[in-house]
Amino acid sequence: MTRMDIVEIKKIVPETPSIKTFYFNYDLDYVPGQFVMVWVPGVDEVPMSLSFDKDLKAITVRKIGEGTEALHGLDVGDRIGIRGPYGKGYELEGERVLAVVGGIGGASILPAVTKAVFKGQEVICALGARTLNELLFYDRFKELSEVHVATDDGSAGYHGFVTDIMEDLLKDIDLVITCGPELMMKRVFKIADNHDIPVQASLERYMKCGIGLCGSCVVDGLRVCVEGPVLKTEELRKLKEFGEYHRSPSGRKVSLKRPKLSY
Amino acid sequence: MVHLKTNLAGLTFEPPLILASGIMGQTAGSLEKMIEMGMGGVVTKSVGSDSREGHPNPSIVDVETGILNAMGLPNPGIDEFCKELGKFIPNKPIIGSVYASNTDHFVGLSKKMEDHGVSAVELNLSCPHAEGYGASVGSDVGLVRDIVENVVKNVDVPVFPKLPPMSDMVTISQVVEDAGAHGIVAINTVKSMAINYETGRPVLGNLYGGYSGPGIKPIGLRCVFDVYKSVDIPVIGCGGVTTGRDALEYFMAGSSALQLGSSIYYRGLDAAEKISSEMIELLDQEGYGSLDEIIGLAHQ
Ligand SMILES: Cc1cc2nc3c(=O)[nH]c(=O)nc-3n(C[C@H](O)[C@H](O)[C@H](O)COP(=O)(O)OP(=O)(O)OC[C@H]3O[C@@H](n4cnc5c(N)ncnc54)[C@H](O)[C@@H]3O)c2cc1C
Ligand SMILES: Cc1cc2nc3c(=O)[nH]c(=O)nc-3n(C[C@H](O)[C@H](O)[C@H](O)COP(=O)(O)O)c2cc1C
Ligand code: FES
Repeated sequence: MTRMDIVEIKKIVPETPSIKTFYFNYDLDYVPGQFVMVWVPGVDEVPMSLSFDKDLKAITVRKIGEGTEALHGLDVGDRIGIRGPYGKGYELEGERVLAVVGGIGGASILPAVTKAVFKGQEVICALGARTLNELLFYDRFKELSEVHVATDDGSAGYHGFVTDIMEDLLKDIDLVITCGPELMMKRVFKIADNHDIPVQASLERYMKCGIGLCGSCVVDGLRVCVEGPVLKTEELRKLKEFGEYHRSPSGRKVSLKRPKLSY
Repeated sequence: MVHLKTNLAGLTFEPPLILASGIMGQTAGSLEKMIEMGMGGVVTKSVGSDSREGHPNPSIVDVETGILNAMGLPNPGIDEFCKELGKFIPNKPIIGSVYASNTDHFVGLSKKMEDHGVSAVELNLSCPHAEGYGASVGSDVGLVRDIVENVVKNVDVPVFPKLPPMSDMVTISQVVEDAGAHGIVAINTVKSMAINYETGRPVLGNLYGGYSGPGIKPIGLRCVFDVYKSVDIPVIGCGGVTTGRDALEYFMAGSSALQLGSSIYYRGLDAAEKISSEMIELLDQEGYGSLDEIIGLAHQ
């Protein structure tokens, strides 16, 4: 479905000081990892992963700029536009799955873990956050799986990056799924690949059309909005731009290399 | 079996289906991909002198009969764009699309495209939603003459002005032919708007957008028909071609080659391949021996 539908917000749950989940009625089937374009009338339209799949659907939004701030300002009963679901989601293969999550990446991973557990797969989650009160969906993940935590400031779990604790969790893992900052995912990819474990990573690029026309989201020749956002080992291995740079709205290359991994 | 190939302004397009400007045209990687997927040539995103972020989102709406877009000519500027293209020189023609508001900039941009090695230059005189550019320039016949004349004088590669849909296509076509253009691309998107009744708001961030896809085919066909009968230079048809049947109709209206934009959305990345095989099947079925037999056939 590609037409824009207007939905009413039914419930809003604050998750962390900077993250809220917005629930709405929407009659769509989606694969965890797929995303929608969310229109805040008169303000902006932004890509958001679908984070919940029961009677209500949901998006989980981190406030970082104008569009997401406008979303955070909405109340129950307000209306937003939704078009999608777009792109390819996670393909949950194997018996044991390790999910490596950084910050807001939990929004796309939570429904995947829910589905994997429902299918009978065993799941281990490694959750990374800047600090304890920015840890997203800890209770939800804990209900479903074995959970390990790392925080940048040591306020919960391991003091350091989630990629540091990942190596110890790889025993008998058939598949690693990951969503978070790209430099984190690049490291996750390298570690898992060294152990010959397949990886599926959810990439983020600036999106305008969301339907594969404008080319603003391409990584090498791949459209993150259609062939992604979840890409597999074979695709990730070929990408020269993965973990190196993304593009601004004008198409200019912007380096992803920052001194530190941050959520 | 009919062989799908055209020669036009000294360039060979095989098949005669070319990626339209603004679709997957921002990076070397995506242009390369489109050639791999069966395009007979590619047009770059329209590039200007300076970088531009484009209009705020929403920049696209699906309106059932087609698509409205208001990308607003996002591009990194000509120097950065040439750097992006790098050493990428495909085995099929690559056409550099440029936009500007005055003659000097059009000339400067076209020269940079030529220096970079493009096979031809396309002049965007037709984008309907970027104020001061595109159709704002294309609707000023005197300015169009000046731009085309000077670009043609200053570059050696073929020059293709891309025209907007107008009620009078005859005057503008004759003007660009007189000015030395080597071919005409028609049409760009049709200026339009989407309003959401539930919120009472225009949807596009820019309010106005350009209409493309199946719904504009009759408009494009009429424009190509009018251009073909007014000039001797070749016409490259564009607008709502998504099937082999659409393509045949456009050739019959007078196109020598076609551009595909929205069909990437309707048919997938391999739209050119699908449309080519549908064309071949239909041409065989109707008993034509070559593509040339049907170019302009509707003018009998
Ligand atoms: C497939 C996909 C799924 C996503 N899922 C989620 C999610 O579940 N939860 C969440 O909080 N965030 C998600 N994001 C990121 C989210 O889209 C951006 O944070 C949001 O667009 C920021 O908009 P803004 O106006 O608030 O920020 P701005 O101030 O406009 O920009 C802040 C940052 O957000 C990025 N951004 C802005 N607009 C876009 C856009 N149209 N497309 C992509 N990036 C943009 C900018 O590059 C910049 O780095 C996802 C992004 C993608 C591509
Ligand atoms: C997303 C999008 C971006 C476009 N960008 C440009 C552009 O930069 N320059 C241009 O001359 N035309 C641009 N166009 C117009 C197309 O090249 C084409 O003329 C138009 O879409 C009609 O063809 P179609 O129906 O096959 O899409 C754009 C169209 C779309 C849908
Ligand atoms: S956002 Fe336009 S091609 Fe992906």
